[in-house]
Amino acid sequence: MSLFKSHTRRWAVLAMGAAALALAACGGPRQDTLHIYNWSDYIDPALLEEFTKETGIKVVYDTFDSNEMLETKVLTGSTGYDIVAPSNHNLPRYITAKAIAPLDFAKLPNRKNLWPELMQRMEPFDPGAKYNVPYMWGTMGIGYNTAEIAKRLPGVTVDSWDVVFKPENLAKLKDCGVYFLDASEDMYAVALNYLGKDPNSKAVADYEAATAMLLTLRPHITKFHSSEYINALANGDACIVVGYSGDILQAADRAEEAKRGVEIAYAIPKEGSQVWFDVFAIPADAPNPEAAYKFLDFMLRPEVIARASNYTAYANANAAATSLVDEELRSDPNVYPTLEVFGRLFVTTSKDQTLIREVNRLWTRVMSGQ
Amino acid sequence: MSRPRSRAVILPAIWLGVLFAFPFLLVFKLSLSDSALAIPPYAPQLDWGGGLAAIRAFLGALDFEMYARLTSDRLYLDAYLTSLKFAAGGTLIALLVGYPMAYGMARCKPGTRNIMLMLVILPFWTSFLIRVYAWVGILKPEGLLNAFLGLLGLEPVNLLYTSTAVQIGLVYSYLPFMVLPLYAALERMDHTLLEAAADLGSPPWKSFWQVTWPLSIPGVVAGCLLCFIPMVGEFVIPDLLGGPGSLMIGRSIWMEFFANRDWPFASAVAIILLFTLVLPIVLYQRQQARALEMAR
Repeated sequence: MSLFKSHTRRWAVLAMGAAALALAACGGPRQDTLHIYNWSDYIDPALLEEFTKETGIKVVYDTFDSNEMLETKVLTGSTGYDIVAPSNHNLPRYITAKAIAPLDFAKLPNRKNLWPELMQRMEPFDPGAKYNVPYMWGTMGIGYNTAEIAKRLPGVTVDSWDVVFKPENLAKLKDCGVYFLDASEDMYAVALNYLGKDPNSKAVADYEAATAMLLTLRPHITKFHSSEYINALANGDACIVVGYSGDILQAADRAEEAKRGVEIAYAIPKEGSQVWFDVFAIPADAPNPEAAYKFLDFMLRPEVIARASNYTAYANANAAATSLVDEELRSDPNVYPTLEVFGRLFVTTSKDQTLIREVNRLWTRVMSGQ
Repeated sequence: MSRPRSRAVILPAIWLGVLFAFPFLLVFKLSLSDSALAIPPYAPQLDWGGGLAAIRAFLGALDFEMYARLTSDRLYLDAYLTSLKFAAGGTLIALLVGYPMAYGMARCKPGTRNIMLMLVILPFWTSFLIRVYAWVGILKPEGLLNAFLGLLGLEPVNLLYTSTAVQIGLVYSYLPFMVLPLYAALERMDHTLLEAAADLGSPPWKSFWQVTWPLSIPGVVAGCLLCFIPMVGEFVIPDLLGGPGSLMIGRSIWMEFFANRDWPFASAVAIILLFTLVLPIVLYQRQQARALEMAR
């Protein structure tokens, strides 16, 4: 008898498992789970709880740490995610590959809150923002250790790319740690802009010129990496980096918390720099797009997105939310640049496969110093 | 071959087929495709419903273009050579460090031996990634090593993000794979052979060279190959400890796959890497077979 019982129990468990699988597979309206794939440490967990409380939709939240990782996964297909968060310059590739679905604006009434001037910057990569809802945005610039730079470059204000793109300046900083991003497209965009060329140039010759400039800097660069500089800046292993605004501001916070006398500052160089957007998009094969729309509209509410900004320390693209963001954040010109600085920011758009290959090949030359 | 034996071969054959041959064929097929901006990001796709004509069209679209491109750029050859150089150097150092360790362990009393064996295996209890990260803390400019050198009144050294750091990381991580087979070979050795050699007037170094060393050769070969083969394709260690100058083949594959989003080309690089490793793997297999033969 007991043997029989244990058998039935086992079968019951199996049947339940099979039922759950079948439910997950058909993914009809009864299934109320939302799968989000976003950058690590990039949302206030309380907001997700609120969303679940309000809608009854359970959120499964996974994270990635590079655009390359995300794109490779999404282009493999059937990721099971309802929302992914690529950066703007990769968006055209997703659109061409038909990897993300065009949005139904009728399901996003709160879209009206978006910031028109900012949305204009989206024209080069997603005209009319048909495929994306912007989440956070920021800039690329220079992060530096104020004391170390003052010691080595006395009297120099860090407000120009000259500090990092002139070999004679960088040579003086070599001993205290110089980190550049290991992101070929971003690095070439600012280098081309510094050389007075089009940051979205399609001419290989322009990239070769930028390579020549970067190669003169190469002997003075400690490491190319897209995330290690946060720690390196905060604990004093790096004194100057070319990186993303949010990361550098995060390093500044960490340095302050550590109380070891390290002070980190961020500057958007006066020659202009790249502005980037991390956007939400719905994969074409999303199992639960209805839940995805509900979440996107939830995130478009000014009071919600303002709290998201307070958590990430990035600016959002919601005009109605700006006044609700913490005073400290919204008055920081490095987070919310002045109109004048904003005018000098440019966006990049994606390159075709041949150009990407050429650019990455040149970037390998820069990194290996040959 | 007798019946029970041939039946025993089936299981490993299935294993090899499912976990090696099939994935290998998939990657090989991928390396003959072209990259495309689609899901999945390569072309052509085989249309299973299209019948023979579709299969013929599919096969016709495959080509060796990726391999031709591989030879047209020195970058990849250089990356292969760098990988082989690092792996060879790492293996040699691991042998030089590991041999005395294994020898000492084999000569210990059985109780001590087990403790020492345990100590060699102990690092595996921590994640590989964390152990490599620990070396960042040791080698960085204000790290433990320079603090120690400072105490001794010596000049600080800058090792992190250099080839030396990669070499240290490789030797450290793979040393147990060298020590364990060496230990197994040395522990089995009959010590009366050494006594006989001494009785016949052989000085210790000569006994070592003429008795111990030849008997430990199977352990040396196994240890060297167990270190060399994974070292060539190593990705994490050069990424965390190496500077941009130490471009190894593992990193090139990563770059093709993620930065260039070129799966076919990444596959071609991986296939060539596999062929580079076929020779040492065959050597290893043959040596293992011989050791089995000898043990019987």
